Amino acid sequence: MPVETKPAPQRRRLTVKPTLLGDRIFFGITTGTAYFSIVLVVLVLIFLMIRAWPAFQHEGIGFITGSKWDDSVQPMIMQIFPMLYGSILLAILGVILAVPMAIALAYLIEFLAPKPIARVVTLLVDLLAALPSVVIGLWGLFVFSPVAEGWAKLLNHYLGWLPLFANTSGNFSRSPFIAGWIVAVMIVPIITSVTREIFSQMDRDLINAAKALGGSMASTFTKVILPTASGGIVGGTLLGLGRALGETVAIFFVLNLSFDINWADLTEARGGSIASMILGKLGNASDYERSGLMAAGVVLFITTLLINFLAGYIVNRAQPWRK
Amino acid sequence: MTQLITPQAHLRSEDINVWFGERHVLSDVNLTFPENQVTALIGPSGCGKSTFIRTLNRMHELIPGAGLSGAVLLDGQDIYGDGVNPVDVRIKIGMVFQKPNPFPTMSIKENILSGLKLSGRKVTNADELVETSLRRASIWNEVKDRLNEPAISLSGGQQQRLCIARSLAMEPQVLLMDEPCSALDPGSTRRIEETIEEISESMTIVIVTHNMQQAQRVSQQTAFFLAEDGNPGTVVEFGATEDVFNRPIDPRTNDYVNGHFG
Ligand SMILES: Nc1ncnc2c1ncn2[C@@H]1O[C@H](COP(=O)(O)OP(=O)(O)OP(=O)(O)O)[C@@H](O)[C@H]1O
Ligand SMILES: [Mg+2]
Repeated sequence: MPVETKPAPQRRRLTVKPTLLGDRIFFGITTGTAYFSIVLVVLVLIFLMIRAWPAFQHEGIGFITGSKWDDSVQPMIMQIFPMLYGSILLAILGVILAVPMAIALAYLIEFLAPKPIARVVTLLVDLLAALPSVVIGLWGLFVFSPVAEGWAKLLNHYLGWLPLFANTSGNFSRSPFIAGWIVAVMIVPIITSVTREIFSQMDRDLINAAKALGGSMASTFTKVILPTASGGIVGGTLLGLGRALGETVAIFFVLNLSFDINWADLTEARGGSIASMILGKLGNASDYERSGLMAAGVVLFITTLLINFLAGYIVNRAQPWRK
Repeated sequence: MTQLITPQAHLRSEDINVWFGERHVLSDVNLTFPENQVTALIGPSGCGKSTFIRTLNRMHELIPGAGLSGAVLLDGQDIYGDGVNPVDVRIKIGMVFQKPNPFPTMSIKENILSGLKLSGRKVTNADELVETSLRRASIWNEVKDRLNEPAISLSGGQQQRLCIARSLAMEPQVLLMDEPCSALDPGSTRRIEETIEEISESMTIVIVTHNMQQAQRVSQQTAFFLAEDGNPGTVVEFGATEDVFNRPIDPRTNDYVNGHFG
């Protein structure tokens, strides 16, 4: 019996690249732009790194773990831990204050308010997002700070036994507590709009099912709507956090800059934040100090990138049922 | 319009009219649902069956612009009466939707217990309740080893039976089902029909269906809804399923059940 050997199957080349001229141009422009933005980010990072190198080289890991900034010695000492920690503390505070506000606003807009009112509220929130940082900073300095100082004093008066609200200096101004509120004001719009989007895409059948099972407004919200939307809300929050970390001018107006670590004495005027430190020191910095500020920029940049990656990861992970 | 209240009437609708905004979509629906019987609602698309069934457990009022007149009596009590809490109504009168809608963030077990949690009642004997509910919806054997898996990992037919089990866990007196089998294969459909037969021993069931055989298989009485050219929908014929299908009084019913229009 003759053995017929069948030749191994030949794989064909499948076209995925565009073939029409118009498609090619379109393809070229879009991929070009996409690569360009990546290249730009890398270039910025390289530029910062080169300028920052002297500081990194001299300070080593102490640059981010140490807590001293002294230009009276040669070469000066530059260590930014209190600022790095301060940035993160402010971001966390801002998020803690902003998330409940944003969720409440989104819920109001999507589920409670009649159409016209919902539209007005949406407009106001978007307007808040469009306010220049410097305007919020000025408002924070002249209008809000005195008010928030009063709140801080009240908190200290009634809850002073909690380490969070203890205050030994008797000075309540320019504290992380006040700056945290300003951060919250700045990130509420983005968290609100992401949350609202998630709410509006929610399957109404789920809400109806919850109601049909005897759910009240509150229990439907806490047991069905919120868990279902949580992945998206976390994503929106992390986007807001990215902004909070980088927020410069507004915070510069309302927050003290000092190189004492402020772990969690929220009402004390200690600590700072990287972004406002850079702004504060850039004006009359020596060349070497400048490289330290660049290095601080690199640290902030990387922190923000990490948070953004984390955001993407969590959003994808938190909603397996979306696939 | 006065009517005698039959003593065994468990649930009844009296002169139900419904509007969406200015549009009058249901007119004078008077139906009586005796205890532990299955009533099928049939009729062409758009005649108001879903709308009517939603008025029976106050889900109707959740639609913006919804209007209503008339009354729905459960054991003689108007569920729309002053001071009646819609949440209490929906606990007594459960509902299964056309599209299976288990809660995606919850496991199979949590879905069964979700009604109790949503309505703020204590869960005692959770495991027992989960098992009996799943058994009654004849899905226990398929899921008993995966109670903690996400509910959406189930097939569509299983999800629908899970949703039925979820309603049964509330121990409602009445169960409303709006085309519960329309998204399911014949096997799952048969299983759900068996479930209906079984649970109707202890509760009153109202089911909307487009499947004439299904209506004949599961129900004891049938109401035929019709909305004729621009008029609001209304009940054209209501009676024992046997009669509605085999000896319809109204020629339009005859046409519909024999597939001549719709
Ligand atoms: N939310 C709503 N807003 C406005 N009109 C509605 C709404 N829901 C239903 N209607 C209208 O009410 C009428 C009855 O609709 P309903 O959904 O009750 O029909 P149905 O008998 O269930 O139809 P089907 O068999 O296709 O499910 C239709 O004319 C429909 O357009
Ligand atoms: Mg319908």
